[in-house]
Amino acid sequence: MYVAVKGGERAIDNAHKLLASRRRGEPETPEIGLDQIGGQLKLAVDRVMAEGSLYDPELASLGIKQAWGDLVEAAFMLRAYRTTLPRLALSAPLDLDDMEVARRISAAFKDLPGGQILGPTFDYTHRLLDFSLVGVSPGIEPETSPPDPGHAEEGMPKVATLLERQGLMDREEPTGDNPEDLTRSPLRMPASRSARLQNLARADEGFLLAMGYSTQRGFGNAHPFAGEIRQGTVTVSIVPEELGFAVDIGDIEVTECEMITQFKGSKSDPPRFTRGYGLVFGLSERKAMSMALVDRALRARDLGEEVKAPAQDEEFVLYHSDNIEAMGFVQHLKLPHYVDFQSELAMIRAMRERLADDEEGV
Amino acid sequence: MNRDPQYNFAYLDEQTKRMIRRALLKAVAVPGYQVPFASREMPLPYGWGTGGIQVTASILTDQDTLKVIDQGSDDTTNAVSIRRFFQRTAGVEVTTATDKATVIQTRHRIPEHALAEGQVLVYQVPIPEPLRFMEPRETDTRTMHALEEYGVMHVKLYEDISLHGRIATSYNYPVLVNDRHVMSPSPIPRFDNPKMHMNPALQLFGAGREQRVYAVPPYTSVKSLDFEDHPFSIDTWDEPCALCGASDTYLDEIILDDGGARMFVCSDSDHCSRRQAMAAGMDSDHRAGSPAPAAGTEAA
Repeated sequence: MYVAVKGGERAIDNAHKLLASRRRGEPETPEIGLDQIGGQLKLAVDRVMAEGSLYDPELASLGIKQAWGDLVEAAFMLRAYRTTLPRLALSAPLDLDDMEVARRISAAFKDLPGGQILGPTFDYTHRLLDFSLVGVSPGIEPETSPPDPGHAEEGMPKVATLLERQGLMDREEPTGDNPEDLTRSPLRMPASRSARLQNLARADEGFLLAMGYSTQRGFGNAHPFAGEIRQGTVTVSIVPEELGFAVDIGDIEVTECEMITQFKGSKSDPPRFTRGYGLVFGLSERKAMSMALVDRALRARDLGEEVKAPAQDEEFVLYHSDNIEAMGFVQHLKLPHYVDFQSELAMIRAMRERLADDEEGV
Repeated sequence: MNRDPQYNFAYLDEQTKRMIRRALLKAVAVPGYQVPFASREMPLPYGWGTGGIQVTASILTDQDTLKVIDQGSDDTTNAVSIRRFFQRTAGVEVTTATDKATVIQTRHRIPEHALAEGQVLVYQVPIPEPLRFMEPRETDTRTMHALEEYGVMHVKLYEDISLHGRIATSYNYPVLVNDRHVMSPSPIPRFDNPKMHMNPALQLFGAGREQRVYAVPPYTSVKSLDFEDHPFSIDTWDEPCALCGASDTYLDEIILDDGGARMFVCSDSDHCSRRQAMAAGMDSDHRAGSPAPAAGTEAA
């Protein structure tokens, strides 16, 4: 016999309790600590900070723990938390030239001022499962060597800057305007470059990866070079109005990628290189590279190129890049749709009846 | 219920509420026009009512009485979740009674009980753009609204008729508001469309993910699109509600077994249980043979 669907409140409470118990796992196994997540699952924490759009490793670790290891869910928690935070100041643009570099490579030049620094990377590792990690592994001391004397005095100018000086690449000049903030004003089309870049920096890594990849396979006209990728620590500073000078408020770790792409030019525009830009919280080279590819593809309209591939279409890319929006809307299909389904049922039945009547009539 | 002092009243900060209220005022001034607003990231997922929640949060006062329904019912899980959210963050009075509520947040239904002046109905909207499935580009659809260029919508409805002999849109049926803007009524069944017309209550629509609000002010014309020779019509059922006997309400189909047995009951659970209680009070013999009145239908 039909019993109206009631008791929703109790079911919800019990479901949450069950989730909490499953998340904790076997009580005999020691509970994972935030320091362990932050210290040993750093790349997961970095991804959550990037997509959660909040630089706070401790809160990101908490999100990962609370989300049972679901990184998108963890990013969602960070997003929901950051909405409520007051905006106290607008930071000055980061000085990426002044980065304390942990890794820096260029695929465009064999050697360059400052040299190539491999840093901690999965590149060139053989992806063989290392069974020595099954148990407890001892700490590992990294090798250290003094800086290469040939490069020590050169500093580390950006590859793009070197090309700019020769007039081979568009110079990116500050516009003087405050950048847009998509968390404070709705996304509008056509979007400014600052809005695009903010959208991409918060975007789902997998989505950007696929979009960037599509430009390499011919959906879009990209022949990119990884001009430079750098990872390291930069200082964030603000200029309080009452002081009038910059005050450092902390250091953050970022990954930056500048992709260099040829631009054939036109009658009035000489051929030159153009840049796609990627900047992501934490160590996230795959995302920074993908972001740079997509940024360049989205500049098609500005550069007068034909917009024909998905990655060049800003409405397509920017409206579908956010995994918090996407996961919510995809998963809302779990919510009851009894009423709509009922009206579809009634309509399909009526249409079939009409069809059957027609056939009988023939 | 006391509200959680860790959060501002109704969760959103006052600046955000002001921003949303300004967007709502514009929406009321231009009925059916979609106003962009800086939607916030709520602690509930996009697609689960974040637009409606932000609208409710921005208009709620501590004097309000809130009702939340999903699919017509106060007890569906997401309605429970949203109602609890406001109990926790705003501490407002809640009710399941349509006529007792000052603010009603809804997903997919308009209550059966007629709304009155002073009440506000807040709709949760997934896709605010009625032209979206004909034209996916926002830049284009905004231009179409600006130019009142709604030909594609009529072509779509005409194609339905030529293919199926009828307009094959059963919910989210497009309406023309104030003789100017074509508007999505949100995915309510078309059964509910006529209730929007000249309704004494204020109707507000919030789409969080899509960052839009729009409105139908009280006593505004809302016309379901149709053709002279194919006038708009609503769903009807062959049998009345199996619980309360109503024959003028929207019914949900309940599957009883795997042999195809089914029954039809009101989707508006408050309306249905009140009718049952009234019938039981008036004449306990009158409804002999029907299931026990109000079985399991008290508010949780």
